[in-house]
Amino acid sequence: MTEFTLDEARLWIRAAADLVERDIVRLSELDTAIGDADHGFNMQRGFYAVRKKLEVTVSEDLGSLFRLVGMTLVSTVGGASGPLYGGFFLAMAKVTDGKACLEKDEICTALAAGLNDIKRRGKAEVGDKTMVDSLSPAVAALESATELCAAFRAAADAAKTGAEGTIPLEARKGRASYFGPRSIGHQDPGATSSWLLFEALASVCQRAAEKEHLSY
Amino acid sequence: MKKLINAAENLVREALEGMQAAHADRIRVSLEPFYAVRRDAPIAGKVGLVSGGGSGHEPMHCGYVGHGMLDAACPGQIFTSPTPDQIVEASQAVNGGAGVLHIVKNYTGDMMNFELAAEMLRAEGLAVETVVVDDDVAVEDSRYTAGRRGVGLTVLMEKLLGAAAEERATVPDLKRLGGLIRASGRSMGMALTPCTVPQHGKPSFALADDEMELGIGIHGEPGRRRAKLASADDVTTMLMEPILGDLPFRSGEDVLLFVNGMGATPLIELYVVYRKAAQIASQYGLRVTRNLIGTYITSLEMAGCSITLLRLNEQLSKLWDAPADTPALRWGYRH
Repeated sequence: MTEFTLDEARLWIRAAADLVERDIVRLSELDTAIGDADHGFNMQRGFYAVRKKLEVTVSEDLGSLFRLVGMTLVSTVGGASGPLYGGFFLAMAKVTDGKACLEKDEICTALAAGLNDIKRRGKAEVGDKTMVDSLSPAVAALESATELCAAFRAAADAAKTGAEGTIPLEARKGRASYFGPRSIGHQDPGATSSWLLFEALASVCQRAAEKEHLSY
Repeated sequence: MKKLINAAENLVREALEGMQAAHADRIRVSLEPFYAVRRDAPIAGKVGLVSGGGSGHEPMHCGYVGHGMLDAACPGQIFTSPTPDQIVEASQAVNGGAGVLHIVKNYTGDMMNFELAAEMLRAEGLAVETVVVDDDVAVEDSRYTAGRRGVGLTVLMEKLLGAAAEERATVPDLKRLGGLIRASGRSMGMALTPCTVPQHGKPSFALADDEMELGIGIHGEPGRRRAKLASADDVTTMLMEPILGDLPFRSGEDVLLFVNGMGATPLIELYVVYRKAAQIASQYGLRVTRNLIGTYITSLEMAGCSITLLRLNEQLSKLWDAPADTPALRWGYRH
């Protein structure tokens, strides 16, 4: 795969919705330990709404597709995750308007724009035990490979490592920060759902690559 | 899990339908998106007071919509902040030309969604300002936390600002007054039992029969620390001391003492807590000239209580005594 097209973007969002659906209980259980037990359900409600919107909407370009995803998440997820993930996709939309496919550096720029929006809105940095702990290494890892699929795989792996790396951290942002030292020893639910987003990206790419391979 | 529900995913909607059926004389409910407004909204020349937050804290916030308190409330899903579209529509529905004031509890989600809504409203030319509530002394306010949580003081804020708005205070007046209330009130809470978020189906934490959680918020979460269960008097002391030490309150001051049940604690126990809290306040030289005792801001069916102490001046005392006519708080009102 050399380009990221509208079709792949749709598959990405659907794959993310599938992973969120699969992990509702896991995400909510992580959130029970250091939050309020609703992260899985909120994410599921949001991505279910996105899935329904995608079924009935034809997006002409990536910008309008990402804008639809962002607006839908903002108005259905609630909590901090709604504005944060919604903002992530709205920021991606701003830099992909009018484009039907993206070169590797363009999709990397878009994902970085998404990450920056989350950092700005959430005022969080790496080490605060938030989504940023998996998103930031993931975006950095995109640079480690020139080929798109390899880059996405590296990003997903880095996101997973980042999410698991939140376990020993004391939360400094979000509701988990109210627990102080009691937040240590638990994996951050937001960092975990962020990893799922990149895992979805890698899985779509893999599927596309396999399809290409089969058609030869 | 044993609850009086039909289906977890319909809980918020069905409760709103119930409120509409019960209180149609005072409020109007929108189900798409969720919000409740005063029946007589918008009121020309009056600032529209809008609050909101996750559901599961009833009677807050929808129970405080009406004359003398809120013009609108936006309920989110259980323990989940409302979304910007709800806040935008509710704000527009109560805009009587004098602007809108949002009362927001300091939780990351509430802050972000209200901020986004305020940005959208300002883009449409509506004057929106925000008052933040962050009164929980259990959380250290430092750059390493999201700041203090908004808890019991929220109810008092809604009553006091509501009374001032009724007297046609302007947005800047209300923002100043809100700042004073924010600076003058402190709270702390404790839990005897956890609660169960219906969609999750399991208790939010496990406590042995001889344990309690100190320094809880209002989202079923554990507190800052777990401790051995103590007598009502000792627990009250554990809550009062951090409150008194934090502001600090000074001898000779008038205060409002608010003892709140977390959802499942009976009034008889709240009075036992009030008894001791009033004794401690008086030993401190404070004059408890106003009070509120009951279940006003909750964490579903959690057992436990919170104590809020608010320093009063003549203006705040008068605003407290002003009439209110809402589903959950009502006094001094002649029909």
